[in-house]
Amino acid sequence: MAEVEVEGLRVTYPGAAPVVALDGLDLQVAEGEPIAIIGPSGCGKSTLLLALAGLIAPSAGAVRVAGESVVGPRMRTALVLQDLGLLPWKTVEQNAGLGLEIRGVDAAQRRGAVSRVLDRLGLSGFGHAYPAELSGGMRQRVALARALALEADVLLMDEPLSALDALTREDLQDLLLDLWLQRRHTQVLVTHSIEEAVFLGKRIVVMTPRPGRVAAVLENPEMGERTYRATETFLHRCVALRRMLESEGALAHERMDGARAEA
Amino acid sequence: MKRGSSRVRGYATATVLVLVGWQIAASALGTRALPSPVDTARALTAALGEDLLRHLGVSAWRVLVATALGLVLGAPAGLVMGRSRRLDAVAGPLVFLAYPVPKVVFLPVLLVLFGIGDGPKVALIALIVFFQILVTARDAARGIPPSAVLSIRSLGASRRQVLHHVVVPAVLPDVFTALRISTGTAIAVLFFSETVAGTDGLGWFIMDAWTRISYAEMFAGIVVMALLGVAIYEALEILEARLCRWTRAGAQTADQG
Repeated sequence: MAEVEVEGLRVTYPGAAPVVALDGLDLQVAEGEPIAIIGPSGCGKSTLLLALAGLIAPSAGAVRVAGESVVGPRMRTALVLQDLGLLPWKTVEQNAGLGLEIRGVDAAQRRGAVSRVLDRLGLSGFGHAYPAELSGGMRQRVALARALALEADVLLMDEPLSALDALTREDLQDLLLDLWLQRRHTQVLVTHSIEEAVFLGKRIVVMTPRPGRVAAVLENPEMGERTYRATETFLHRCVALRRMLESEGALAHERMDGARAEA
Repeated sequence: MKRGSSRVRGYATATVLVLVGWQIAASALGTRALPSPVDTARALTAALGEDLLRHLGVSAWRVLVATALGLVLGAPAGLVMGRSRRLDAVAGPLVFLAYPVPKVVFLPVLLVLFGIGDGPKVALIALIVFFQILVTARDAARGIPPSAVLSIRSLGASRRQVLHHVVVPAVLPDVFTALRISTGTAIAVLFFSETVAGTDGLGWFIMDAWTRISYAEMFAGIVVMALLGVAIYEALEILEARLCRWTRAGAQTADQG
């Protein structure tokens, strides 16, 4: 397992008018801790994840995973993006095993690992299906399967459930919680949903609008059970988070975002 | 399997319709310029016994080699242009300057360069297919969603692996579409180039029959040329079904839903 440390991270996108996406961002995620990151659109949440995954080089500051400076993709860091990154031309099995294939694991070993993971995620029997033949929830499971097949100890997710309907979404949130309880990996979940952040984040990091940095951190030690959603603490925590977001001026953006998504 | 047999049925129905229409037109016009299907069939059998097969072989060879050449040169060039902004900035304007020029006009130049054998015909068709594939592959490669590439790079994929797992499969269906479209053009250009120079190939066979006022034989050549087109088109269909299975998978769920 691995801890994640970010110190004074600055990321600038070059161009005619350079954009400072992140500036002076500090963040510590303990080994095996699940955190949620929430903030207005364009606060650099996705940029932060890409930097953690080693896909964007910092303009300044440092990113360390498991004590080592991140200079490129790391073996056991898994990244699940909003559109899941499934390749339409690969079957469920091939998609789930892609990480292993790229790392040169031979086919027989791959098959074993992949079929175990597909079993675990309720996807056995769908190994030969293509992503286009699956429901949104199942596609989401395939993306998770890819991460699990790698035995990831750091799981980075960028709004992975945002395309799902409300019920499937809760179902997948439960699955994410179960997986974390079982595996205790370090988890960074970027989300737009207050309830999701409170359900899945032991700490909830609120970010400021561009350039992004940490505005506030909400401790949420009670998370960790499926029944948490139905408790009063959960509701109070959601209200508290909502207030924090309002004071960051984030909610106006969020509403506009929701309206656009529904349209 | 089901798809295959329904395809065969479709072709059978179409053939019957064409033959009936042809017969009606032939009887109605009553001119030697349009022989009946039966006369054509007779001429076709006779010609097959002589040298029609050889001409078919020559034409098929030319169009296949040329298409393969155009594909092998055009697809990688398009991929590289689509994925490298720097290269595209240099080569892009060149391509778009050359793309709209009808390549057929270069036939005289090619005749001077390559003589009157297979060379100029193959070169001309290859040139046409090349540009078609190049432009298609470039656009398709540019259209690959960045997230697909990011995802696989986060798994530690090298440039070569990104190409193998993402870029090539992503452009494959589009390349097949371009190939199928080019086939029509390729055969048309083949006919034209074979009538302009040389003494073999289906184009030459058809025009030779025409000059001898042997219209049934001429139609036999036309039929064989049409069949050559159908055969290439079908071969591409089968190849695409093999190599791009996922495109059918998506279509099936869409049908069900």
